[in-house]
Amino acid sequence: MNDWIVIARLEDIPRLGSRTVVTDTLTIALFRTRDDRVFALRDSCPHRGGPLSQGIVHGTTVTCPLHNWQIDLASGQVLGPDEGCVHAYGVKVEEGLVHLSLTAHQSAA
Amino acid sequence: MTRRKLVVVGNGMAGVRTLEEMLKLAPDMYDITVIGAEPHPNYNRILLSPVLSGDKALADIVLNGHEWYEEQGIRLLTGDPVVAIDRAARHVVTASGRREPYDRLLLATGSKPFMVPVPGVDLPGVMGFRDIADVEAMLATARSHRRAVVIGGGLLGLEAANGLHRNGMDVTVVHLLDSLMERQLDKPAAALLRYALEARGLRFLMEARTRAILGEDRVRAVQFEDGLEVEADLVVMAVGIRPNIELARAAGLHCERGIVVHDTLQTFDPGIYAVGECVQHRSTCYGLVAPLFEQARVCASHLAHVGHQRYEGSVTSTKLKVTGIDLFSAGEFNEGEGDETLVLQDPAQGVYKKLVIRDNRVKGAVLYGDTLDGSWYFQLLREGTDISGFRATLLFGRHDLGDAGHGDETRVAALPDDAEICGCNGVCKGEITTAIAAKGLFTLDDVRAHTKASSSCGSCTGLVEALLAATVGQGYDPAPSRKPLCKCTEHSHDDVIRTIREQELKTMAAVFDFMEWQTPDGCHACRPALNYYLLAAWPGEYVDDAQSRFINERAHGNIQKDGSYSVVPRFFGGLVKPDELRAIADVADKFQAREVKVTGGQRIDLFGIAKEDLPAVWADLGQAGLVSGHAYGKALRTCKTCVGSEWCRFGTQDSTGLGVRLEEMTWGSWMPHKFKMAVSGCPRNCAEATIKDFGVVCVDSGYELHIGGNGGIKVRTTDILCKVDTEEEVLEHCAAFIQLYREEAHYLERTAPWVERVGLAYVKQRVLEDAAGRAALVERFLHSQRHAQVDPWAERARGAAAGEFTPLRIAN
Repeated sequence: MNDWIVIARLEDIPRLGSRTVVTDTLTIALFRTRDDRVFALRDSCPHRGGPLSQGIVHGTTVTCPLHNWQIDLASGQVLGPDEGCVHAYGVKVEEGLVHLSLTAHQSAA
Repeated sequence: MTRRKLVVVGNGMAGVRTLEEMLKLAPDMYDITVIGAEPHPNYNRILLSPVLSGDKALADIVLNGHEWYEEQGIRLLTGDPVVAIDRAARHVVTASGRREPYDRLLLATGSKPFMVPVPGVDLPGVMGFRDIADVEAMLATARSHRRAVVIGGGLLGLEAANGLHRNGMDVTVVHLLDSLMERQLDKPAAALLRYALEARGLRFLMEARTRAILGEDRVRAVQFEDGLEVEADLVVMAVGIRPNIELARAAGLHCERGIVVHDTLQTFDPGIYAVGECVQHRSTCYGLVAPLFEQARVCASHLAHVGHQRYEGSVTSTKLKVTGIDLFSAGEFNEGEGDETLVLQDPAQGVYKKLVIRDNRVKGAVLYGDTLDGSWYFQLLREGTDISGFRATLLFGRHDLGDAGHGDETRVAALPDDAEICGCNGVCKGEITTAIAAKGLFTLDDVRAHTKASSSCGSCTGLVEALLAATVGQGYDPAPSRKPLCKCTEHSHDDVIRTIREQELKTMAAVFDFMEWQTPDGCHACRPALNYYLLAAWPGEYVDDAQSRFINERAHGNIQKDGSYSVVPRFFGGLVKPDELRAIADVADKFQAREVKVTGGQRIDLFGIAKEDLPAVWADLGQAGLVSGHAYGKALRTCKTCVGSEWCRFGTQDSTGLGVRLEEMTWGSWMPHKFKMAVSGCPRNCAEATIKDFGVVCVDSGYELHIGGNGGIKVRTTDILCKVDTEEEVLEHCAAFIQLYREEAHYLERTAPWVERVGLAYVKQRVLEDAAGRAALVERFLHSQRHAQVDPWAERARGAAAGEFTPLRIAN
């Protein structure tokens, strides 16, 4: 049902860092946490469209580089006091390979 | 030891303030009983005017609720007034016959409005303006009746009139003299005030003497000596107050107009103290709040047995609490013989300022329309400051010294710490800013709760809010050293800097671990700070953490609002060669830079470069010999120069050549914040060296070195560090100053606030006086530079950190 695509090796994404995935129509940001979990968000802050992939990752949060909005990597929800939401895509890591789904939402942790 | 008994008669501001002050000094000394006539806890009587005018609610002006009395273990008896004092038996008797014994008695019975003794004064509808009951009665009358007459054109009368008018009443103010508020205002200010109030719809009847108040079962009209009658449903008497002395007089205490007290606030019975509006001290009775609070402080110290203070009388100042009308008055505002006056009159702006000067000292002030500097003038007045040094600018106020024109916030920020902000409670700026920083205060209510500033008459609220904004709202924190670095830790910047060195912590994990960080990865605020501190402490050892850099420093370009980047190559000293310009032009074409702009730092900025293209852009620029300008970094930015003695007919030294040498020595250095330099070839200062972090102004005999300037939100001109004779000394002092800043300033603290925080004297001591220390600073800087002067663009053009710039691609 899900169209999982192998997109990268885990080590292609720096710890507490990000890589972008460019499709014909959109840019997705992959994030890797300290404990090697990987999340994917649309690379556009719900505030002013800032590239979230360029932000600083801490815990399971990324801080947008433009105006310091904080976004939860798992849900795409903006953390208080600001409000908003960005699309979160399905990601799974199997045998060191990162799989991305453009149709599935965030897979169960 | 049994506790002694303290009984307070009167539950008003003076009595309760005395208790508050006393409890701070001796919390367990007394069993305290407060007996109040009004059925309310202590409230702020000065704010009755705003309650009447609808600017505040009754609940807003309660100072001490019932829970306060409970917390302090104070018994509060309301609605059962004291009717007698038995000094021999040492107890007071209440109306219900209750007897309360005392060891010490404090009388704070206040005052009552003086009711002009004319026929009809007892009619219903005639009242004073003194307590909550009066305000409630006035508000009730305003709902059902239209016409009000206020007798008395003083402070209280005008506030009452304004309040009634705001409640929809038709108000006539009657005044005995020809000028309003004659005890606080000279005639020009009084005329401005009257004009403003008339414009709001108040009517005035001047030089009118009341003969009688007419009416049968309720007031109907006021009749004057000349036979004129004015219809009235409500008459408010506001011609003055009379101290409540009946109780004291009946007990045999010496009274004149008020209860007579010594400098210790003792009555003629040493066991009985008195404070507030009921007392007469050195022949003066006070009706304003600031003197009462000064009395309360002294009285409290004596009650607490730590009494060495004396109350020696108060110089008072007044502000009118009518929204939209700013009025301030203090001291002797009508000049006497031999006095000088300074007057500023701007009728179109509604501004009038007058200062009375005697022997180069401020003796009095009247301000109308612009009262921001009232507290400053009042301070000059009380301290008897000699103003001859700044007399020319005195009338324009303190805020014109060094103000860049950013409104109240900057004006307040420019005040010195000992400037009084809240005249009622004697709170200075420094106390407020310290409390804001130390206790993490964010709201006006917080500041009121912790400092008492703005909690009495409220006329300084605007100043306190500006101060709050200035202190909390900017990175310009006067006491940042005590604040935690961020939410991830309790430790301050200084703690972290010190611990990294002392404990030889060389990785971020070691810092998190040793200093017990509360988050596993830190956050976007602390990670870049720690990365910098580690880099500065351990050059060549610490491995820079790209993921702890803000994106600009990770991508080595400036992110723009559309996610593209801008690219600024370095022009050492502002010099550029034709080939380099050609390379820049070629790059702009090849990579479709959407805009090319000359920067303020004498360089060229290419806008709209895609992140993916950055390494290729850098490769092309590098071919022409251009390196990173670090325009994106908390780092050494530029060294701006003028053409100097090479070309300019005024130039005294080779400013361009010196600028190149300075930039060659310092480029690549990471800093707590951006760092800008400039060299001007003569005192005309075309390179604007006096608003730079490090500036050089060449003179015929050598080089003036300037530090700690910046443009930006809050412009600060530099301090002069010293004058030196040779270029070598310029380089040496520059390196030492930079290294001191690199080692000791807080991350994101520019040199301007840093120099203000640590003091110019400290910087001079480290960089000038301690020659060995200076040499060591230079040595550490040059050591650090050996590792820092690697062009990050060249590395990335060769393929370093490729993942940062290369997206993953999928086709769909």
